[in-house]
Amino acid sequence: MPRLAYSAFSLLRQGLNRHRGWPAAWRTPEPKAHYAAIVVGGGGHGLATAYYLARNHGVTDVAVLERGWLGGGNTGRNTTVVRSNYYFPASGALYDLALKLYEGLSRDLNFNIMLSQRGMLMLAHSAHELEFARRTVNAIRRNGIDCTLLDRDQVRRRLPILDMSPDARFPVVGGYRQARAGVARHDAVAWGYARAADARGVDIIQNCEVLGFIFEGGRVVGVETSRGAIRADRVGLAVAGHSGVLAAKAGFRLPITSYALQAFVSEPIKPILHEVVLSSATGVYVSQSDKGELVVGGGLDLHPSYSQRGNLPVVEGVMSGLVGMFPCFANLRMMRSWGGIVDVVHDSSPIIGPAPVPGLYLDCGWGTGGFKAIPAGGTLLAHVMATGEQHPIARPFGLERFRTGALVDEAAASGIAH
Amino acid sequence: MLLIDCPWCGPRDEAEFRCGGEGHIARPDPDTADDATWAAYLFDRDNVKGLGFERWHHRHGCGRWFNVARDTVTHEIRAIYAMTDPKPTGGA
Ligand SMILES: Cc1cc2nc3c(=O)[nH]c(=O)nc-3n(C[C@H](O)[C@H](O)[C@H](O)COP(=O)(O)OP(=O)(O)OC[C@H]3O[C@@H](n4cnc5c(N)ncnc54)[C@H](O)[C@@H]3O)c2cc1C
Ligand SMILES: [Zn+2]
Repeated sequence: MPRLAYSAFSLLRQGLNRHRGWPAAWRTPEPKAHYAAIVVGGGGHGLATAYYLARNHGVTDVAVLERGWLGGGNTGRNTTVVRSNYYFPASGALYDLALKLYEGLSRDLNFNIMLSQRGMLMLAHSAHELEFARRTVNAIRRNGIDCTLLDRDQVRRRLPILDMSPDARFPVVGGYRQARAGVARHDAVAWGYARAADARGVDIIQNCEVLGFIFEGGRVVGVETSRGAIRADRVGLAVAGHSGVLAAKAGFRLPITSYALQAFVSEPIKPILHEVVLSSATGVYVSQSDKGELVVGGGLDLHPSYSQRGNLPVVEGVMSGLVGMFPCFANLRMMRSWGGIVDVVHDSSPIIGPAPVPGLYLDCGWGTGGFKAIPAGGTLLAHVMATGEQHPIARPFGLERFRTGALVDEAAASGIAH
Repeated sequence: MLLIDCPWCGPRDEAEFRCGGEGHIARPDPDTADDATWAAYLFDRDNVKGLGFERWHHRHGCGRWFNVARDTVTHEIRAIYAMTDPKPTGGA
């Protein structure tokens, strides 16, 4: 358990002490020469892996190595949508494991991740989209996950600001909705896992870049870092857009291409949008933050990239789609935009399990949609690192699916996968 | 925003083009390649951070394909060359 539990009582006590008594949320240790397990990447997936190694498997001799700062990658750059309305049973099991863990996470970590299950509405703009929406809803319900088909009037009642006039730029004929979907605070997820892992003895080491791997007898037995060599019985990789770069250092290639994905935030306004709305026709999705800002996202930039800046054509496309759907947003100013480097896989499903070299394990390929999956990615990578066996939910997502052809093709099923 | 110098149309806005992914990928013989070789051909990519070699398609222009040597960090285009040319070396 954390050294100082966060509660109304501790807030009051620290307040009376003018907030001068709060201890650091985690230590800043020097790296040791050897660990039972090393996790590379201090994003949500890496930190969650360390936490579940300690909590579920009693492996506490663990280091998380992060080249920058915690959550400075995609975890701190994403638009924070969480949902589990996926098409294939394997994906449904994976993402619902994550959503169920999210539902109990604030208590589990003693850290408020501000999960807000306000629902998410996917719009259908044509008879064909509506037909496919009906089929998708059936598939999702068969996966045991809540999902409802909405007709045009039901959408209109939920979203009075949506342009549903006869000459609307993007006519809306219906949609479907997952009520348990919503948003959570991204930084809090990273920090909450970091603090809880640290409390169980995990060393969180920032400003420590992994530069290469140490091999013995064909097996990975450690890493070379900007702070020296660190050895470990096994190494997990959770480095998102940089998976290919580290795979090359370990001598193999991955079925991954890295792209920039952008997001945008508007000036704050009064509450106007009460759920997450996504349109795959315009490629735009939007929610309103607790501070009142619109948080807007769209599709990938047009070419592979390792530059955490977006390019202009996508900005234009997203903004014109947003204003086409919600004309009342036309006068809003956008305050910030940024990009993150996402690890895109052909079937838009993640890669979880052993790497092609012994001693190394992967949790990557989450692409544009891995924030919602952080608790599951951590649980499953921890499982395979601790036991050497794939967790049943992870089995369909191993690297071997590209050889056997058993792809989990959510790319074809859902189009946008945020 | 990229300004891409199509060998046939001259410099045009990137929105007219489509990036067709990594170039110079040789197709193995489908009759003799084993599953691992075939999977590597279909799916595995170098995904280089730095100078990479890509195929581009002038989709909303002349419709032709060509190769681009481009830095994936700075986005600087270092060379544009024909589909059948080898990877440029040295100064490229
Ligand atoms: C703009 C945008 C919007 C998104 N919206 C959503 C959304 O709404 N919902 C959703 O579910 N997902 C979304 N995603 C995707 C989601 O953000 C990612 O899938 C998820 O955060 C990946 O988590 P991670 O921990 O694997 O990676 P990251 O958080 O990127 O962490 C990887 C870490 O590895 C570190 N690293 C890299 N190389 C090295 C090295 N050599 N040595 C040490 N450390 C290294 C990096 O610095 C980084 O901190 C979005 C992504 C972006 C960019
Ligand atoms: Zn042309």
